[in-house]
Amino acid sequence: MHCLWCYEEIIPNLNWQNIFTLFKPRSLCEPCEVRLSKLVGSRCRRCSRMSAVRICKDCEWWEKRLGGDVLTCNHSIYAYNDFMQDVIAKWKYRGDYQLGQIFKQPLIDAFSSLFVNKEVVIVPVPLSEERTLERGFNQAKVLADFLPDSSMEVLKRVHGEKQSKKSRNERIFTNNPFILTRPIEKPVLLVDDIYTTGTTIRHAAGLLRKHGTPKVYSFTLIRG
Amino acid sequence: MEKEMTLQRGGPAQRYAGKLLLRNEIPLDENTFQQMLSAKLFTPVPSITRKKFRYHCRRCGNQERKLFADIPCQLCHKTHVYCRNCIEMGRVMECKSLYYWSGNKPVWPVHENPCTWEGELTRLQQLAAERMMEALKGKEKELLIWAVCGAGKTEMLYPGITEALKLGMRICIASPRADVVRELKPRLQHAFESVSVEALYGGSTDKEGTAQLIIATTHQLLRYKEAFDLLIIDEIDAFPFHADPSLPFAARRAKKSPSTTIYLTATPRKQQQILLRRKKLPHIFVPVRYHGHPLPVPQMKMTFSLKKDLRKNMPPAAFISWIGQRKNPGRQLLIFVPAISMAENLLHPIADVLLQEKVIEDRKKVDAVHAADPDRKDKVLKFRAKELTVIITTTILERGVTFPSVDVAIFDAGHEVFEEAALVQIAGRAGRSADDPTGEVIFFHDGKTEAMVKAIHAIKQMNKLGGRL
Ligand SMILES: [Zn+2]
Ligand SMILES: [Zn+2]
Ligand SMILES: [Zn+2]
Repeated sequence: MHCLWCYEEIIPNLNWQNIFTLFKPRSLCEPCEVRLSKLVGSRCRRCSRMSAVRICKDCEWWEKRLGGDVLTCNHSIYAYNDFMQDVIAKWKYRGDYQLGQIFKQPLIDAFSSLFVNKEVVIVPVPLSEERTLERGFNQAKVLADFLPDSSMEVLKRVHGEKQSKKSRNERIFTNNPFILTRPIEKPVLLVDDIYTTGTTIRHAAGLLRKHGTPKVYSFTLIRG
Repeated sequence: MEKEMTLQRGGPAQRYAGKLLLRNEIPLDENTFQQMLSAKLFTPVPSITRKKFRYHCRRCGNQERKLFADIPCQLCHKTHVYCRNCIEMGRVMECKSLYYWSGNKPVWPVHENPCTWEGELTRLQQLAAERMMEALKGKEKELLIWAVCGAGKTEMLYPGITEALKLGMRICIASPRADVVRELKPRLQHAFESVSVEALYGGSTDKEGTAQLIIATTHQLLRYKEAFDLLIIDEIDAFPFHADPSLPFAARRAKKSPSTTIYLTATPRKQQQILLRRKKLPHIFVPVRYHGHPLPVPQMKMTFSLKKDLRKNMPPAAFISWIGQRKNPGRQLLIFVPAISMAENLLHPIADVLLQEKVIEDRKKVDAVHAADPDRKDKVLKFRAKELTVIITTTILERGVTFPSVDVAIFDAGHEVFEEAALVQIAGRAGRSADDPTGEVIFFHDGKTEAMVKAIHAIKQMNKLGGRL
């Protein structure tokens, strides 16, 4: 096995603590693995960011602005740091598809401890068609496909305008970029790679809720 | 200004000839492109070929299985192989072709008198320059210029480049490091004002790569094929050129036939030295710095407690006694350490020592820098502007960067990251200016290594050779 990031050979160091878990295949070597920063400790109940208060300021703002949040809660695994930024850039923008494997096991582990007994329909957040063609894959769909339950692609993104250049306020007031191809009357779990301002997720969640979805959760790799 | 320079030059021949591109790197609409393709102005070649179970990336030469991976293709609805090795330059996958220009050959301007540099070469620089011109005129394939750190190798190239421009040649200077490419661009543009010059590196503002004189990181060569009459490769001994086989592959492909390749180095690797000794690689040696003074010879200082001191995040004891008695306390100080964590952990303890020894009067005058440091460029600029007196660094400042007046200390010089070439390069940071041509270089160690002994020997050897000339 070689590390997906640095290509160094992964030499398992065997000891009595890990002898039974050793056979979980690893995609990153130890030194690369530790550069990812997992979210730990006290978190915002709504958006998963590390926070001393139950509901963070941003989420309170959403609550007020939407008159009750359309998102029940988000769960993320990692914090955003320089290393993660490099990994995501290479994976998404350069199109190094295989790098997604890094997140497979952590995603499955988190999913099985959080959502497995909740009856949810998994819905990946879509990319526009042109962007999917350009990159060759939708990273959210790749993540959703790692999960043990199958997913449903019921959302479409109508225009693929890059959002990152706009200010937060502009982003919030732009039109909803999604359309719903089929309403879902069960709780939905949205899957995406990153939760930054929470706008994208709430656009999708709002649309689902409007068409009869009772609860919308989201599962994102990174809380940006 | 920058914008104007990058506007399309000449016709499509000038723009596309000598390149090997993916379809999305050719900014033509599909109609025009298809027409040109059927007119055989572009020729497609497969990007990844396979023989039995072996894949071969035709852009970077990669044949290592672990550097290929699978991807489901949205267009073909099949799973394809793509190359991970050269993915920073855009993804190459099985179903996509690479294209090269097969229309008329471009004609590059012949410059009568292109050199606008007004400086003067030293006698030894002149000798090297003449040898390079001879190689160019004689259509010699390769020449290695072995010039000590501080010999002024860029200026030595000017007569050769002038000659090439007089002959209407296309030229590329490739360096393994983007910092060097960035630094060279204004110097060369200034030395050849009427010539189109472009600097290419990841994220550069120049992107087209259509100039007659290209300065590029070695990775950028992956986009060229039979492009250059004169290819100058800087620091051939440096990482990653000697470590990544795709770079020599790209360099070989980027040059025309016939063409001349000039290799530059201050510290040739063993392999190159063997070639030199066997006279398999023609070379010229410039053992003297441009200011004529010898290279500073490093001193070894033994500290038995070195590892213990460093573990306690303390500078070596011998460093503390040396710092109070430097010959010229007015110099700035470069401290090299073998690991990133050490650079960070030592920052405060070193600042304490320096305050106590009155080397600095404010702890803001010291900082640490390493490859993963986002403020790396800023800190180096601050050191250059003398806003910092002392900088603690990993090997990233080992080459290329020049500061006029510094002393150099290496902590744990016996560590494996400090191989012979690195030690010679690091020592070469001292005594760079004519105003202060000496400088102290101290290897702090707890047992001398072969690399240390060899590095000192090599430096003395060069000084001996230099003294004879
Ligand atoms: Zn690794
Ligand atoms: Zn929150
Ligand atoms: Zn490749």
